Amino acid sequence: MASTMAQVLPDLDRRRGRRRRKRRTGTDPFARRTYPLWFHLPASLLYVVLFAVPTFASLYFSLTRWTLFDVTFIGFDNFVQFFQDPQLSQSLVHTLIYAVVTSGAKVVLGFALALLLTSNLIGRGYLRAVTFFPVLVSTIGVGLTFKVLLDPFDGVVNQTLAAFGIAGPGWLTDPNLALLSVALVDVWKGLGIATLIYIAGIVAIPQEYFEAARVDGAGAWTVFRSIIFPLSWPATGTVIILSLIGGLRSFDLIWAMTKGGPGFSSDVVASVIYKQYQAGFYGLSTAGNVVLFVIVAAIMIPLASYIGRRGVES
Amino acid sequence: MLSRSSALRTSAALTASALVAVSLAACSSAGNGGDGAGAEVTVSVYNEAAVVKTVTALAEAFQKENPGITVTVDPRPTGTEGDNLVKTQLSTGEMDSVLLYNSGSLFQALNPDQTLTDLSGESWAADVSDGFKPVVSTDAGFYGAPLGTSYAGAVVYNKKVFADLGIEVPKDWASFTAAAAKIKAAGITPVEQTYGDSWTSQLFVLGDFGNILAQDPQWAEEYTANKAKYADQPALTSFQHLQDAFDAGMFNQDFASATAADGIAALGSGKAAMYPMLTQVVLGQLAQDAPDQIADLGVFPFPADAAADTTLTVWQPSALYIPKTTEGAQLDAAKKFIAFANSSAGCDIQNANGNAAGPYVIDTCKVPTDAAPLVSDIASYVDGGKSASALEFLSPIKGPNLENISVEVGSGIRSAAAGAAAYDEDVKKQAQQLGIEGW
Repeated sequence: MASTMAQVLPDLDRRRGRRRRKRRTGTDPFARRTYPLWFHLPASLLYVVLFAVPTFASLYFSLTRWTLFDVTFIGFDNFVQFFQDPQLSQSLVHTLIYAVVTSGAKVVLGFALALLLTSNLIGRGYLRAVTFFPVLVSTIGVGLTFKVLLDPFDGVVNQTLAAFGIAGPGWLTDPNLALLSVALVDVWKGLGIATLIYIAGIVAIPQEYFEAARVDGAGAWTVFRSIIFPLSWPATGTVIILSLIGGLRSFDLIWAMTKGGPGFSSDVVASVIYKQYQAGFYGLSTAGNVVLFVIVAAIMIPLASYIGRRGVES
Repeated sequence: MLSRSSALRTSAALTASALVAVSLAACSSAGNGGDGAGAEVTVSVYNEAAVVKTVTALAEAFQKENPGITVTVDPRPTGTEGDNLVKTQLSTGEMDSVLLYNSGSLFQALNPDQTLTDLSGESWAADVSDGFKPVVSTDAGFYGAPLGTSYAGAVVYNKKVFADLGIEVPKDWASFTAAAAKIKAAGITPVEQTYGDSWTSQLFVLGDFGNILAQDPQWAEEYTANKAKYADQPALTSFQHLQDAFDAGMFNQDFASATAADGIAALGSGKAAMYPMLTQVVLGQLAQDAPDQIADLGVFPFPADAAADTTLTVWQPSALYIPKTTEGAQLDAAKKFIAFANSSAGCDIQNANGNAAGPYVIDTCKVPTDAAPLVSDIASYVDGGKSASALEFLSPIKGPNLENISVEVGSGIRSAAAGAAAYDEDVKKQAQQLGIEGW
């Protein structure tokens, strides 16, 4: 019933709208358009000045040796050098690990928390707010705070562990742990968004399904497996896409906590690019950004269309 | 095609977008104020407490002498962030009227012939030492006036700890290792390392440069010409000593997370016996935190394998420059301010506020008699001909990733040979980006 209503309503709307517009604009041939084209002018001017021009300028500068004082056109040398960079392959692997770990953890933990927070829980509203709170804090602030908390000797975490007789590791100073420690903090900080999306997804599932399941005698597990999990697929898709993009281009948290260190052990593509910029290699770092853009697009566009297709099927 | 009303609307939309463009332009036009009417001098300086304090004191004294001129101190971020800001401001013509900035390779990267005003005609220029002139000059001009003293990048040590344990200043690497073992046996950290501030890890390599030059006087030129490499001797030794020190367990337990401030505090209090560092940084920090500990500190060069090669590596002071965008009355005022900073009155203020961390590089300034004892240690090496300029004053090429590579070698993540080879690659990248011939 709901679906037939939904089909009827917009149709009605459209017809009513057309009639009204016809009356207002008379015989103007552009009347079919919602707004005259040049209403777009201010917005497109801003778009061109603040987005399109810098984007195309950066494509040009990625083909130059640029000291800010001089620009020398050097063709694709920057790209060749970027791919020869000994740190690049390592940082690419780190970037993928970071993106997959944070994205996976956000999906699993976000889903679990959302299930908990949509059940009949005492203080549910409060708990939802608490879960979301870390999202509101500045990333740099979170990074610096956790850097202090995770200090191998004076940090609260390791001192607490020491109270139980456990010798805590150097979370950010052990080259094998640094990247994962930052990823954990990223999960802590970004979990609220994932949970929020999942809550919205679960709440949007029509109650009728649950009622029908209950009539058929389905237990909690069956309800989860056959109703909640498949029907919150759009939410899962959104969480995966958002967190994977965030993970692939993550920079601020890593920079605040380790600066890619110790050595190069938590370097990701974005931090390699930033270090090149810091060193004054403006053309090279611009080339790096173009590469990063292509990488993110190459991973995300097929993934997004796959997730979209699965969403439609289910 | 367009009706009258839509033409009106078009022009309204155009006006609106023009307004947006104007306000956008207004955002970017806030630059250096004052078009020369009342002479105003703004000085862009590193945001470091000691530097800001010294330049502010200079500004106040200068304004007292020249009531018509106002001087404003404008702190900017330190490190590479500041470097990029300076380059951006210079290339867009937004730089303050006076700039305090590094000499040597960083100065060369500013494209001085195009961006800075030649100062060779100034009265103080003749007093500048011959060692300093080349690090603020190009083939076409002389651009900088020194501010502060030269300083050493070497092993700063706690004299009390050395005296208590009966240790002599080590002259070669073998006696350095022996001294470290003795200090460790006494329960004191032999060598402090502070990779929480990763730049401090470079000292083992950069501060050892005097020893390389002692073994091969042509090394800097060959390095710039893509002939001498860090992966080969004598330069490999610098990385090797860093690895040896880590392997021998000379470092403090928290070397991976400690900061430079932690290291300086440990050195001053005697918890650590030696800390490879820039003397200027040690003195600046201790002057704030524990001035009474300064008298306990001495300095010696990184020891080479052979005692005869052991040479102190010396850094040149930063300099005051005037960008080409400073003109008219402002230019005259700026030149006057720089002359004042290097007058004897200016030197007294520098001595009273700053910390003389080594010899001055201009004849008008003398280190005060009550300066830190490690300053006379430096002077004894300089006067004895056992000192050399750091590599950044002899070559424009310094790889940007040295600090990360030396953290790896100093933490046992990478071997000395692999680290040196990685740094050669890093240097190559820098040389190619600078467009230097032969790479």
